[in-house]
Amino acid sequence: MNSDGVNGGGTSRERVLGRVRRALADVPRDERPEDHPVTRDYLRVHGERTPAESLDLLAENLADYRAHVHRVDAPGLPALLARLLAERGARRVVVPAGLPRAWLQDAPVDMLSDTPALTPSELDRVDSVVTGCALAIAETGTLVLDAGPGQGRRALTLVPDHHLCVVRAADQVVDSVPQALERLAPAAARPLTWVSGPSATSDIELDRVEGVHGPRTLEVILVTGDPRSG
Amino acid sequence: MSRDGARAPRGGAGFPQGGATYLGMPAFPQAADAATRDGRLRANLRHATHTIRAKRARAVAELDDWARLREAGAAIKDRTLRHLDHHLVRLEEAVTRAGGTVHWAADAAEANRIVTDLVRATGEHEVVKVKSMATQEIGLNEALAEAGIRAYETDLAELIVQLGDDLPSHILVPAIHRNRGEIRDIFRDRMASWGRPAPEGLTDRPAELAEAARQHLREKFLRAKVGVSGANFMVAETGTLVVVESEGNGRMCLTLPETLISVVGIEKTVPTWRDLEVFLQLLPRSSTAERMNPYTSMWTGTADGDGPRVFHLVLLDNGRTDTLADEVGRQALRCIRCSACLNVCPVYERAGGHAYGSPYPGPIGAILTPQLRGLSSPLEESLPYASSLCGACFEVCPVAIDIPEVLVHLRERVAEGGEVTVRGTRTVIRPAKGHATERAAMRAARWAFDHPGALRRGQRILARTRRLQPRRLPGPGRAWTDTRELPAVPAESFRDWWARTRGGTA
Repeated sequence: MNSDGVNGGGTSRERVLGRVRRALADVPRDERPEDHPVTRDYLRVHGERTPAESLDLLAENLADYRAHVHRVDAPGLPALLARLLAERGARRVVVPAGLPRAWLQDAPVDMLSDTPALTPSELDRVDSVVTGCALAIAETGTLVLDAGPGQGRRALTLVPDHHLCVVRAADQVVDSVPQALERLAPAAARPLTWVSGPSATSDIELDRVEGVHGPRTLEVILVTGDPRSG
Repeated sequence: MSRDGARAPRGGAGFPQGGATYLGMPAFPQAADAATRDGRLRANLRHATHTIRAKRARAVAELDDWARLREAGAAIKDRTLRHLDHHLVRLEEAVTRAGGTVHWAADAAEANRIVTDLVRATGEHEVVKVKSMATQEIGLNEALAEAGIRAYETDLAELIVQLGDDLPSHILVPAIHRNRGEIRDIFRDRMASWGRPAPEGLTDRPAELAEAARQHLREKFLRAKVGVSGANFMVAETGTLVVVESEGNGRMCLTLPETLISVVGIEKTVPTWRDLEVFLQLLPRSSTAERMNPYTSMWTGTADGDGPRVFHLVLLDNGRTDTLADEVGRQALRCIRCSACLNVCPVYERAGGHAYGSPYPGPIGAILTPQLRGLSSPLEESLPYASSLCGACFEVCPVAIDIPEVLVHLRERVAEGGEVTVRGTRTVIRPAKGHATERAAMRAARWAFDHPGALRRGQRILARTRRLQPRRLPGPGRAWTDTRELPAVPAESFRDWWARTRGGTA
């Protein structure tokens, strides 16, 4: 299980666990971990909202963190994606497996499918990446990617400088962090990336600068209707 | 390094390369004395702490249930600590099941040896690092350098610190003591010897400086084979590790290399997945005053075709179990490293982070460092006194650590001695040297309060001779006035004033 050497009459594992147990001499011997309950009287959601209000809040909070937010109905998605890519002059666009190809049918770009052969250096030469997401959290303005279909591996949404993320308004928006974690529990074994606005730093005299190492431009498209049937 | 404290611990001079070696730093009063005379440092700090403080208050006010979240956060951490052995074993099982390898390190030397051996086994001579306080605490960069391995810090502030041959001075913004002009100079003078040079004609605009860092580091990210990280949380139930960050350098280090080595203090464990719902609300608002930090990464062992193929988790003790053994002091292990306590602390604001002599500055450092390292030198002995006990740190702490309570508890240990645990062994320490005066003064005060007549006479003599009194005390009292001005004695004692104005009998 571990490669650590034997040291002073036991492995380091035994030594550390032994120290922990001795340190806890004041804890009653018959107390079990679950005997110490945690009162969870905090709120599951902050405020009551209709789905439309949740979507508005999501858009507002995303924009507050300098993401560019667009709204469109499902039939209008390909045209919007084509326009947004054209505005950036994007020629090479990478897409993860499971992303509906119809989304990019109007965009005159080289579409690169993600394959393991696409190294970080090659991703560095890609103009944009288009993905879906697992869900979005309205109260915090957060997108969550769980490596599911249409989201790809983590490097895909990290190395290119421009990330376009499509959120289905109908079934992918939750209000709060507790709701998000509950929905993500089954996916906990998969790598998760939570994104709240583009890469940013405040390390120089606390001046916020967007874009250090991750994508410097984050565009979020909130789609009403079901874009998968489009 | 000298202990005289005459040189403020900044500006680079005198620090070892990439220096995280804080040992041998002057005790807090001497370091703070130098720092408080540095006008620019004080101005930088004041601006920074007041800005974050105000933003944080607004972010926290958005949540009606903040007090309840805070209670839950404290309760989850306490619950975990009471059965830490159980949770660590569960964590180990879950990480191993997910394809990771778990190592245990009793102290810094062992952790450094494990990491060095793991990097050597890959055949690589450089690693990229996401900001990690645990690896600063153990001096990993220096240990790797001795083994011929270069560690590149990739957080912008950590890069500034590393290139400037400097030490971090704040938990969240480690280069808070540097202004934009200094940063420009550091980049211009030093980047070339670490990799891609700074662009020609680099100005001090923050956006331009950030761009220079992006270019400089991207070439390192793209070729890196080994990444080193810490973690903000480890979930025992699932084996998931969590890193919160803003710049994306964390994501780079966590996902692009083939091998990932995470060095994490054992106190970062939380029992269940659901517990994250509390901490992911408490941490961002307390630290960067945001609803959520730009990036949160969660990974569980290794994943096919996504991210590192090899994952090692090094569980670090290094004084944490000694801290756990102290029933009053163990609450320091609840700390989630948000830095809210630094930004409200009047002592930190004036003294700066370097004066605390460890990667953990401010009020939390004043209780964490002496516990992790033991009361082993004048620096650690001085830290429990680096506070006015105003209580602001306790009020903002998102996991309700009663820092003043622990400070007073540790002061008693320093002045009176008593039982502590050092490297897992119960031992009795003697009162610290230099506190004899303090004990004598307390005895004298007790006597004076027991003899009110003598106290009154003494006060009158003091008041009448006030023009003759020096600003510095002679004899054993000099230690006190070395770093403080002696306060002026009022012309009239409170008791005399009361007797005169209220007409009572004094």
